[in-house]
Amino acid sequence: MRERTWSAGAYLAEFDSADALTRAAHAMEESGYSLLETYSPVPVAHGLRRSTSRLPIAVFIVGALGGLASYLIQWYANAYSYPLDIGGRPSHAVPAFLIPTFEGTVLSAALAAFFGFFIVARLPQPYHPVFDIDGFERATVDRYWLAIDAADDRSSPDLTPRELHRLDPLRVVRLEGGS
Amino acid sequence: MSAAARPLVEQPPDREPWPVMRGEHPAAALTDHLLAPLWRSSPTWWLLFGLSSLGTLLLLFTVTYTVARGIGVWGNNIPVAWAFAITNFVWWIGIGHAGTFISAFLILLNQRWRGSINRVAEAMTIFALVNAALFPLLHLGRPWFFYWLIPYPATMGVWPNFKSALPWDVAAVTTYFTVSLLFWFLGLVPDLASARDRAPSRLKRLVYGVFAMGWRGSGFQWQRYRVAYVLLAALATPLVISVHSVVSLDFSIAQLPGWHSTIFPPYFVVGAIYSGLAMVFVLLLPLRRAFGLYDIVTEAHLSAMAKLMLAMGLMLAYSYVVEIFMSWYSADFAEQYTYLTARPAGPYAIAYWIMTVLNVVTPQLFWVRRFRTSTRVLFLASIGILVGMWMERFIIIVTSLNRDFLTSSWHIYMPTWVDWGILAGSLGLFGFLFLLFVRFVPSVAISEVKELSIELGRDGAELAGAAGDA
Repeated sequence: MRERTWSAGAYLAEFDSADALTRAAHAMEESGYSLLETYSPVPVAHGLRRSTSRLPIAVFIVGALGGLASYLIQWYANAYSYPLDIGGRPSHAVPAFLIPTFEGTVLSAALAAFFGFFIVARLPQPYHPVFDIDGFERATVDRYWLAIDAADDRSSPDLTPRELHRLDPLRVVRLEGGS
Repeated sequence: MSAAARPLVEQPPDREPWPVMRGEHPAAALTDHLLAPLWRSSPTWWLLFGLSSLGTLLLLFTVTYTVARGIGVWGNNIPVAWAFAITNFVWWIGIGHAGTFISAFLILLNQRWRGSINRVAEAMTIFALVNAALFPLLHLGRPWFFYWLIPYPATMGVWPNFKSALPWDVAAVTTYFTVSLLFWFLGLVPDLASARDRAPSRLKRLVYGVFAMGWRGSGFQWQRYRVAYVLLAALATPLVISVHSVVSLDFSIAQLPGWHSTIFPPYFVVGAIYSGLAMVFVLLLPLRRAFGLYDIVTEAHLSAMAKLMLAMGLMLAYSYVVEIFMSWYSADFAEQYTYLTARPAGPYAIAYWIMTVLNVVTPQLFWVRRFRTSTRVLFLASIGILVGMWMERFIIIVTSLNRDFLTSSWHIYMPTWVDWGILAGSLGLFGFLFLLFVRFVPSVAISEVKELSIELGRDGAELAGAAGDA
């Protein structure tokens, strides 16, 4: 499940606590909405149902490839391209090569985790329609928002605001701009 | 130490367990309090900044002088080929270890108290590594050829020798620096977004907005963020163990008495975390006072870190004893001479006894509960431990080199003013970077502390249920 691109006509409700947001999100999910998203200053412990991240698999694969590449570089450099005979020691020195191999594995896995996150989270993204809402700044401070996309099958101008108001939010706003 | 499982009753200050957070902190007030240093500076900050700038200038001057004249301006020469430069390198890189230990190790062990101090510790790691990396580069003699250490298809047709410890160091230190930087920045993103959204002027909003990368705290972003953050923590954790182990191999793969020992990797790692925790105290205690962090950096934090320091100090003392025992047990004349005569009674005996007293005796203070939470004792003991650990690196390097197997090649090493200038200057650069950090970057992980305050019911949302709180 990717994060949605909001279109005009999306509804957002503002709450003042994580608990209120969690309750509202679950209630809306139960009434049949599917294109929902939450915005919160801290991670919401029991949020919406979401797919499992595939990031760990990507990190594992990139890490393994990075380790392999590190080993091959050393083998190519010291055992194949330019072997040095130092006191008859083997030019293909597995124990010595393992140290940079370990470091190469960790480095590539960490780079994969970092850049992988920004790719899946679609960041950096300087502009997003929700930023147009007056007071949305507090979503990174102390306010909790629930959003319902206009493309949701159940969403309608008559029903959705009323259902949101029933959850006792601070206010409900309709997104005018959007992509 | 699990914060969530603890009853939410305020403890009297002299009794354990202490709360990991005090008082009522509504989210908006807490955010503004922790962001306040970003919007205004203080005369103390300017004073310290001025002093550390002078130190940085001293570093620039001594480094320029070294590069222009060659490393002959340093006191080291054969047989003492490694002296201040490598001592400083090992010392600084060791200090860096506590940052990763606190932020990565403790997150995997689910120690929630780390949230108040991890940002400071991570910043310390990065700045210590900047300093550390400087020294081997200068010690190369021709630092402008540093890129010869990187395997690239050069027209010369030669490659780095991966059977040597130097490319291992390059791999270990660059990996450590990169991973620490990524981990630090990823942790910062939600807090930079808070800074963006609280910025008092358009320019500040724009600058923090650029670094926040458009973070908006959606549930999807948070969920993927946690996955990536824990992954990075898990990847950084083996680095805590491996980096100083690799550094110690520089020594232990040599045949020199005093270096050639299998105890070196764990011995170095323990010493690294030990000195790093001491540096965390030296930075955190003044910061706690300056920014009024008493409610979120409580006695629980100080005591937990003091206990860690005591544990590391005991393991270090054990390593010292084992080293001495093994030299006797080896029945090797050169080994016995180094450990039993040259170090305790040789020309550098003063440094040896400073090291032993400061590193072994100082942490014993922390058997006493009162000392574990006394900021004055913690601060002074930490400075003592930092000095002691620097002496340890000096003793390992210089006493082993200055008297090895052949008495005819014995040599007394003395540092020059350039050596001292670079050491003092590197402290200046460290302070300079750290002061810029506390002024322009949120120095406490705001979103983590907020999460903790909500979990502990200290966010002021249910005032009725929290009667009796200070």
